Amino acid sequence: MFPPLQDLYRIAPELVLCGFGMLVMFLAPIVPKAKHGVLTFLSLAGAALALASTRFMALNSGDAYSGLIRADAFSLFVHFIVIDVAFLAIMGSADYLKREGLDAGEFCALILFATAGMGVMAGAHELLTAFVGLEMSSIASYILASYRRDAPRSNEAAMKYFLLGSFATAFFLYGVALSFGATGSTHLDLMTPLANDSSHILLKLGLGFIFIGLAFKVAAAPFQLWTPDVYEGAPAPVTALLSTGPKAAAFALAIRIMASVDAAPPLWFWALCVAAVLSMFAGNLSALVQTNVKRMLAYSSIAHAGYILVALAAAAATDHMEAGIAAALFYLVSYAIVKLGAFLIVAHLGGAGERHVEIEDFAGLARRQPGMAACMSLFLLSLLGLPVAAGFLGKFYIFNAALESNLIWLVILLGLNSVIAAYYYLRVIVTMYMREPEHEIAALPVPWTLAIVLWIAAAGTIYAGLFPARIIGFATKAALNIR
Amino acid sequence: MQQTFLLTVLTFLPVAGTLALLLLRDDDHVWIRRLALATALVEFGISLLLLRGFNSQVAGYQYQEFRAWIPQPPIHYHLGIDGLSLFLVLLTTLLTPISILASWKSIDQRVKGFFICLLVLETGVIGVFVSLDLFLFFLFWEVMLIPMYFLIGIWGHERRIYAALKFVLYTMFGSILMLVAILWLYRLTVVAGYPTFDVPQIQALLSNGTITPPYRTEMLLFGAFFLAFAIKVPLFPLHTWLPDAHTEAPTAGSVMLAGVLLKMGTYGMLRFCLPLFPEAAHKLAPAIAVLAIIGIIYGALVAMVQVDLKRLVAYSSVSHLGFVVLGIFAFHAISIQGAVYQMLAHGISTGALFLGVGMLYDRRHTHLIAEYGGLATPMPVLAALYLFSCFASAGLPLLNGFVGEFLILAGTFQHHAAWASWAALGVIFSAVYLLWSYQRVFFGTITREKNGTLPDADLRERGILFLMAAIILWMGVGSPFFTRRMEVSTQNILQQMQRPQATYDAGSIHDQNRNSMNLNHSAIAADTVNLK
Repeated sequence: MFPPLQDLYRIAPELVLCGFGMLVMFLAPIVPKAKHGVLTFLSLAGAALALASTRFMALNSGDAYSGLIRADAFSLFVHFIVIDVAFLAIMGSADYLKREGLDAGEFCALILFATAGMGVMAGAHELLTAFVGLEMSSIASYILASYRRDAPRSNEAAMKYFLLGSFATAFFLYGVALSFGATGSTHLDLMTPLANDSSHILLKLGLGFIFIGLAFKVAAAPFQLWTPDVYEGAPAPVTALLSTGPKAAAFALAIRIMASVDAAPPLWFWALCVAAVLSMFAGNLSALVQTNVKRMLAYSSIAHAGYILVALAAAAATDHMEAGIAAALFYLVSYAIVKLGAFLIVAHLGGAGERHVEIEDFAGLARRQPGMAACMSLFLLSLLGLPVAAGFLGKFYIFNAALESNLIWLVILLGLNSVIAAYYYLRVIVTMYMREPEHEIAALPVPWTLAIVLWIAAAGTIYAGLFPARIIGFATKAALNIR
Repeated sequence: MQQTFLLTVLTFLPVAGTLALLLLRDDDHVWIRRLALATALVEFGISLLLLRGFNSQVAGYQYQEFRAWIPQPPIHYHLGIDGLSLFLVLLTTLLTPISILASWKSIDQRVKGFFICLLVLETGVIGVFVSLDLFLFFLFWEVMLIPMYFLIGIWGHERRIYAALKFVLYTMFGSILMLVAILWLYRLTVVAGYPTFDVPQIQALLSNGTITPPYRTEMLLFGAFFLAFAIKVPLFPLHTWLPDAHTEAPTAGSVMLAGVLLKMGTYGMLRFCLPLFPEAAHKLAPAIAVLAIIGIIYGALVAMVQVDLKRLVAYSSVSHLGFVVLGIFAFHAISIQGAVYQMLAHGISTGALFLGVGMLYDRRHTHLIAEYGGLATPMPVLAALYLFSCFASAGLPLLNGFVGEFLILAGTFQHHAAWASWAALGVIFSAVYLLWSYQRVFFGTITREKNGTLPDADLRERGILFLMAAIILWMGVGSPFFTRRMEVSTQNILQQMQRPQATYDAGSIHDQNRNSMNLNHSAIAADTVNLK
């Protein structure tokens, strides 16, 4: 039986992404190696078309496949993030792949598949569907992490990511099973505990496991231990993707569960607070002592997961969750563009084999490549949360949401952490602008693809930082729409 | 009320200048300097237009601009100035071209970046002084950190990186708490039913009792705002970033830091701490005054024993700014006026001192007092003009420092005779450390051979120092020009500190609130209509 057209419209972006992914896979062995630029281009077209096809979702909002997938403003918002991230990641890594002698076709196809999985996670309104999305994105990410096959670090990263990621998905699945036992359903709207005492406990246990699974995925403490190794070992463009897209999708799933399952917010509230505080401190304090930029950015992304968890905690603390959810969504946008940009810069500056990824290698960058240094500074300042960059407003909205929920202690801890974070972000800027390199490093020509990506990221950061009205308006609409 | 664009132009013209600078070639140093100077001079010229249309009899804000910006939460682009901010803006626009002139020759590395930073800094500082929306204010407050960080960190002296980082971390620590307080204040307005970040509106809501923050909340809010400002001023014991930042910064950076950036702290106290949280301000005033007095005396004593001339001037700032804080927290119309006056006077006279020190450094590349001595012989003009600034800074009558300190002490004496007496010690000490250091640098015999042949101030340097001296003298004898325009605004601050007494009476809170809410509603409506 063929599904009704309406349902296909509601998963249009995933269809496009998977379609193009398979097309690229199919063409990869046929197209001669020298012409693999075509595949990159095709994947970019796929991502662009997927972005355009969200229009179908928007016009046909509602439940698809008898409620397994829900196409609503929230899903739309997250789709925008993950597809944009995929587009920029593919474009920004084109030159990297050429430099490292890696195959572009498979790489792009995997990114498209992973993105489709993230899209499913964003739209899933049923836990097993969500699980399918989670696995789709995870498995593609494992392969991507090991994409530099002859580099031991890349393999190590992939292995660690695979093992711990499997644990996480297992936790998630176990939680789904327990919740199903407690409620008799995996559909988010129907998950109310059956009328007996034990099912309440069972549901709590189930939701707890689900939380742990998702906390792994967003790299929140105390489940963050894999992050620095994986982010450091994986090829830098892959890290750019891993630290943004899957994170956004996992947060989206957590938010959707929180908004739909009544038992989740009160149970998760304390877990969110604890995870937020631990992540912020673990991330920032460890980042302080790093000498490797990739590793430092990895720890910083743990800290940022903590910031977003504060927004989630703010949402969980009240009945009307809009402010918290909108803040989390806005932050995800502001975080994703700059983190992506920062990792792509690291990928570029690392040079062949990613040999120059120590902070010291950035010395004198402002003289060598002033444009690159300026972009990197902008991204770091945004991560640090200084105004004009989007990161400031992101933090502002999180502060606001948390204060609305009377979580002032959490706000103060967040504030304290941004000051700690200032130290290590500024250290990179110090190195770029105020120190001279010990041995001469040649300036690397910036490929036009990367230049475009960085321009988009920089312009987006400033645009969102100065004129956030449309983005936050959309985010609020998404947040209102989810309940 | 008619919308004007003057303040917007004033705020963003320097940024427009930097965009033009970006178009120039990196090594075209001459034109980069000329363009930067031209921008700053045009900016100064435009800022003088403010004086023409400024009505000194109006207590409220003038040249207001009010535009929607971010709908949610309701943040507006609201600018305006009163007698308090008018002269601070003028001070900024005056000191920027002077800083540019002062760095004409001494900056020969990465010239373009330097002037871009300086102009962006000007935008940030002016933005702080003209913003009437808490969010906008905070935005500029933070934005200005970045260029200052680069100014110190790239073009500073030996320990520049340490100093730059310390400066940023200190300020950020204070400002992040201020951000929390701003949002908390916003939540209070939300609860009251009038969500806003607008300073005049919040002021109105607090003044008529629509919002009556509980005592503890008010203390915390005051504390968060005050901490941010006290770090910036800096008030003892939060001053430790200042000597490093001032000493390590290039001359232009020191001039801007001492001249305007420190004033952002005292300006914030006057604009926010006092009018918004009067009860807490009254409660904590004695403690703050004690810190201010300690700062005055401690700063002066530490300045006395410095071996580094620039550090000496830096510590003198701690002492002088202590006077300003004391004047503010004496809550006397005269002392507050004196505080504002002292802010301007300190900007000019300490600016002049830093410029003089910078000129010495350009010649000898050292700040150590022991390296100098007998300089009056080879460079009589510089020596004379430097002495003039020393006198101004020490508060000699007829010069600008005297007016400010006198008003502060006179006003403070009316309310707290003991405070004024202790603070007066600082005046004596300042004469000691300034004149003693002057004596060691410029008088006596020449101990280092190099010093005998140092060239005297050239035309550019003479121009700068003569201009500063002229302003010092003018501010000393022509003070009514300034006080007349700031009088109404300073009194207005004291008036804004009044709260309806009845709100403390538990029985009538409800009625009172309802009445004032109605009143307030119409007031705000009227206000909004006016603005539109």
